[in-house]
Amino acid sequence: MAEQILPAVDPDKAPGKSEPMIRLENVYKTYDLGEIQVQALRGVSLEVRAGEFVAVMGPSGSGKSTVMNILGCLDRPTKGRYFLDGVDVSGMSKDELARIRNKKLGFVFQQFNLLSRTSALENVELPTVYAGIKPEERTRRAMESLTRVGLADRAGHHPSQLSGGQQQRVAIARGLVNQPAILLADEPTGNLDSRTSIEIMEILQTLNDEQGLTIVLVTHEADIAQFTKRNLEFRDGKLKRDKLVEERLIAREVLKTLPTAEEQAAEDAQEDASQEKAATENARQAAPKA
Amino acid sequence: MTAVGFWKDRSWVSEWLRFFLADWQENKMDFMNTFRLALRALARNKMRSALTMLGIVIGVGAVIAVVSIGQGAQYIVQQGIQAMGTNAVFIAAGSNRAGGVRQGYGGVKTLTVDDMNAILAEIPLIKQAAPALTSRQQVVYGNQNWSTQITGTAPNYFDIRTWPVQAGSVFSDQEVDLAANVCVIGTTVARILFGSENPIGQTMRIGNLPFRVDGVLESKGQNVTGQDQDDVIFAPYTTVQRKISGITWLQFIAASAVSQEASVAAVAPITSLLRERHRIRAGTDDDFMIRTQADIADLQNQTQSTMTMLLGGIASVSLVVGGIGIMNIMLVSVTERTREIGVRMAVGATEKDVRMQFLVEAVTLSMMGGAIGIVFGLIGSMLIANLLQWPTLISGKAVLAAVIFSTLVGVVFGYYPAHKAAQLDPIEALRYE
Repeated sequence: MAEQILPAVDPDKAPGKSEPMIRLENVYKTYDLGEIQVQALRGVSLEVRAGEFVAVMGPSGSGKSTVMNILGCLDRPTKGRYFLDGVDVSGMSKDELARIRNKKLGFVFQQFNLLSRTSALENVELPTVYAGIKPEERTRRAMESLTRVGLADRAGHHPSQLSGGQQQRVAIARGLVNQPAILLADEPTGNLDSRTSIEIMEILQTLNDEQGLTIVLVTHEADIAQFTKRNLEFRDGKLKRDKLVEERLIAREVLKTLPTAEEQAAEDAQEDASQEKAATENARQAAPKA
Repeated sequence: MTAVGFWKDRSWVSEWLRFFLADWQENKMDFMNTFRLALRALARNKMRSALTMLGIVIGVGAVIAVVSIGQGAQYIVQQGIQAMGTNAVFIAAGSNRAGGVRQGYGGVKTLTVDDMNAILAEIPLIKQAAPALTSRQQVVYGNQNWSTQITGTAPNYFDIRTWPVQAGSVFSDQEVDLAANVCVIGTTVARILFGSENPIGQTMRIGNLPFRVDGVLESKGQNVTGQDQDDVIFAPYTTVQRKISGITWLQFIAASAVSQEASVAAVAPITSLLRERHRIRAGTDDDFMIRTQADIADLQNQTQSTMTMLLGGIASVSLVVGGIGIMNIMLVSVTERTREIGVRMAVGATEKDVRMQFLVEAVTLSMMGGAIGIVFGLIGSMLIANLLQWPTLISGKAVLAAVIFSTLVGVVFGYYPAHKAAQLDPIEALRYE
C-alpha cells in the first residue's frame, strides 16, 4: 500500500528539516467517462526533495502519465492534496495553475513541441513572454538558457533546421528559461536514437549535479532510468516501488564508450561513398549502350 | 463548449469590455507582441488570409461606393434647392374656412401689398419681398400663339429667386409704378413664340394688350415635379392687377430672409403679424400659408438619406457574410493549432492570453480587410464618377463607420473561435495529432 511506503530519500543527502519540493498526500484521480469511471490514481503519496533526479516508471495505464500531469499542474487531483514548494496547489483555479506552471515548472516533451517556423531563440523566449518580462530581458535570458544547453550558435535556426537532439535541447532551454523549481520531462528520449538519448541525459545530469535542479522524468526504458538517482514504479494507479538507483550510469562516461558523432558520420560517409561508387560504376557500364 | 453554454456563460461580455479598455501596460502580454504574433500567423497562410479578408474588403468597399453615390445624388439635389434661394420664404394667400369650404391657395382677397410692406417694416429677419399674382392668358406673336402663365411681380423677385436674365433686362421699378406694358419671358415662351428671332424689344400680345419684351430669363429646366419652369412670363404686378386680372389683392409674397436660419425663424412673427392684420380670431385657421425653402430642402434630404441608408444597409449584409468567413477560418485555425495552444498553456499562457491571441488575429484580419476595402471603395466611387458620369461624394462618416464596423465584425465573429481555443484542455491539446 502506498501509505506503507517509507521515504526512500537518504536522510544524509536531503536533511528532513526542509519542506520537500513535491509532496503528494493520498492523491486520487478519477476520470468520468460518462458510463464508466476510470480510476487512474488510487491513493498516491510521495515526496521529492530539492536536488533530486527522479524517474517515474511503469507500463502504460499504470498512472504514470496522470501523476505527471498532476505534478505538472496541468490537471488537478480528484481527492488528496499536492504541495508544490510548500504551497497547496490542489485547489487552485486554472489561471493560478497557469501562473504556477509559468514560474515554477519547466516542461520537456517526447514530441519536443517546439513552435514550427519560429526560431530557437523565440521558442525559448515563450515562457518569459507569459511571465510579462520586458523584451530585452527576454532575449538575454533566452540566450543564456540556450548557452546552458550548448546551442547559442543555433539561436536563429527554426526547428526544421535542427536535428532531433538539438530540438530537444532547445525544449530543455525553454524549460529552464524562467528558472523553475522543477523540470518535468515526459519521455524526453522517446523519439531519439540511443546516442542522442544519452546526450540528452548528460545535459540533464549536468543540470542536476552542477546546478542542483530538481528533475522528474517519465520513462518506460529501464536503461534511461539508470541515469537518474531514484526510481518510482507505478502499477494500476499506485506507487509500487520506490528505490534509490544503485550503480548509477554517468552519461559522460557512457558517451566515451560510444562512437562519436563524427566517427559515426565518417562511417556513414564511407558507406555512402562505396554505394555511390557502385552506382556510378553501374551507370558507366550502362552508358556505352545508350 | 456548446453554443448554449457560450450564451449562458456571460463572462464574455466583461471580456469584451476588458478587450477595449484593457491597460496594455498592465497586461501580461503586451499588445505589440500579440499583434506581431497575429501578423505572423496570418502571413503563414497568405492565400487563406487574403481570401478571408476578401469578404470584408467587398463589404466595406460596397458600403463606401454605395454611400458615396447616394451622397452625391443628395448633394446635387441640395445644389438645385440652393439655386432656388435657400433663404426664400413664400407666403401664399388662401386656405381660410368660408362656411366650411376651404378655398385653394390664391383664392382669398386678404393678402395685399400693404401686408408685404408691413412685413418688411416690422420683421427685420426679412430682407426683401416681392408681390406676386398669376393669371393664365393666351399670348400671341406674329402667327404663333401659346397659352401660358403671367406672373405679376416686382423687379426684386428675380433677386429673391436668384434668377437672372440671359438677354436684355428686367423691367424697372418705375415701370411697376406706371403699370407699364412690359414683360420678361422664359426660354420656353421665347422658343415657341419667337423661334430663332431675337425677342428683345419686340411687341407681343398678352390677352388683348400689347407688351414689349424687355428680357429673356435664364433657363431653369424642370422642377422636382417635372413642371417646365421656363414656360413663364413676368410683368409688373400693377399691370397684371389692373389691366389683366382686375383685382387689388395678391396671391403670393415671395420674400427672402437674411439667412437660412432666419427664414425658418421668420415664420412665427410673419404668422402673428398677418393674423393680426387680417383680424383672424384665435382658434380660426390662417388665411395664408407660409413655406420656406428650408422645409423643402429638408424633405428632399430626408428622402435621399433614406435611400442611401437602405442601399448602405444592403451592402453591409456582405460585411456580415465576410464576418462569417472570418469565424469559419478562425475555427479551422484553432483546430490546426491545437498543439501550439497546448504548448502555450503548458508554459504558462492563461485562458485570457490564448483568447486574446486569437481575438487579435481575427480583428487584425477584419481591420486589414476594412482598410483595403476603404481603398477599393474610394477607387470604385471615383471610377463610377468618371465612367458613368454619376455624381459621387466621398463621406468621411461612411469611412469611419466602415472602420468601426469592420473592427466590430472581427470582434464579434472572432470571439467564439477564440473562446473555443481558450477552453481547450492543455493535456488533450498537447496530445492532439
